[in-house]
Amino acid sequence: MSACDRPALHALLDGELDAAHALAIETHAASCPACAAELRRLAAVREALRTGDARHPAPPALAQRIEAMIAPARAPRRVWPAGLLGAALAASLMLVIGLPILDEARFENELVAGHVRSLLAAHLTDVASSDKHTVKPWFNGKVDFSPPAPDLAQQGFPLAGGRLDYLAGKVTPALVYRRRLHVINVFVRNGGAGLAGLFPRGDGYNLAAWREGGLSFYAVSDVAAGDLAQFQADFQAATK
Amino acid sequence: MSQGRSADRLVLVHDADRPLSATESERFRSLVLPHLDAAYTFARYLTRDPAAAEDLTQDAFVRALRGFRGYAGGEAKAWLLAIVRNAFRDQLRARREDTGEPPEMADPDDPEAILMRKHSALGIRATLEQLPEPFRETLVLRELEELSYKEIAAVTAAPLGTVMSRLARAREMLAALILPAGQVGMEVRS
Repeated sequence: MSACDRPALHALLDGELDAAHALAIETHAASCPACAAELRRLAAVREALRTGDARHPAPPALAQRIEAMIAPARAPRRVWPAGLLGAALAASLMLVIGLPILDEARFENELVAGHVRSLLAAHLTDVASSDKHTVKPWFNGKVDFSPPAPDLAQQGFPLAGGRLDYLAGKVTPALVYRRRLHVINVFVRNGGAGLAGLFPRGDGYNLAAWREGGLSFYAVSDVAAGDLAQFQADFQAATK
Repeated sequence: MSQGRSADRLVLVHDADRPLSATESERFRSLVLPHLDAAYTFARYLTRDPAAAEDLTQDAFVRALRGFRGYAGGEAKAWLLAIVRNAFRDQLRARREDTGEPPEMADPDDPEAILMRKHSALGIRATLEQLPEPFRETLVLRELEELSYKEIAAVTAAPLGTVMSRLARAREMLAALILPAGQVGMEVRS
């Protein structure tokens, strides 16, 4: 049996070892009770830090001051290039055509904005609970449908709670899940915009959209696209 | 202590008071602004005070905006956190010159004393705040900010080996504070 290498246990936990070295340490720990216990202990410390809400979200007032600092003289965002007339024309066209691509892109941006807002404003959850029997009924009477709130802790996506958001002119329930330190917001709409698929965006956020049982689901997060696809699969499997 | 002194200042050498162009602002907004929470969290654990953390975060963003032209790519979060830390050290230095108070940064190096003040009823935030520096910042950068060893070494201006030993020490101390007494470490038991 190889000798105990204590620093390597930390490096293993931190993903700082190459594959060969990691395998050697894991093999050693499998037959060394002291190293195995130490690994469990280190994992317990990490678990306490990551589940214990040790991070501090920036206060909204600070976020606003810094926003203002970045470009004080900045023109209002997303001004219609052709002016109000163009906007009115586009809006009326939308009514005629239904859901043009322009609207989809705007909706997608609203979803991401909703996600970012939930993190900035220290208003992540209205009902904080990992229990689906608490979260699901909480929406009763607040929206005219009942969004499913499956518990995906087993799959590595613990439910953190629920929230009401306001998206594209509608009160929209949002389910909040965690993936390690990351937050996944799932916005649920009755009916929906027909957006479906996985949309990696240039700004570090990913969006997954799907439909199930007459509802549309939009998951937004800064987790890797692969993780979000996994989340969608697990969510769908649990709500089928 | 003298190591990394020059690296400390690196971030600010490209200082320019010319405001950022619209394109640069947009780039700052998409690259740096998403790490606001990370910056504030780090500031909270450096200052251990909500109001001081707000000031520090804002100071850091002022510096980041001014130094953004010198940002050469790489992980924006690590870049921003290095600025937070530099700003904090400058604040400490200024306060020390003002009042002659000793800096709070380097706690008298008796980490074991901290273990004696055991507050198991405290939340994880307060418990983490009890760790002495530089162990606290190293653990926060690794566990909460998810920086790699290399990035932590760059942010804290310390060699890689030092980062690793601080991290091990920090975990040891935190384990003693939060884990049930039965789960003693290898060091403690022998």
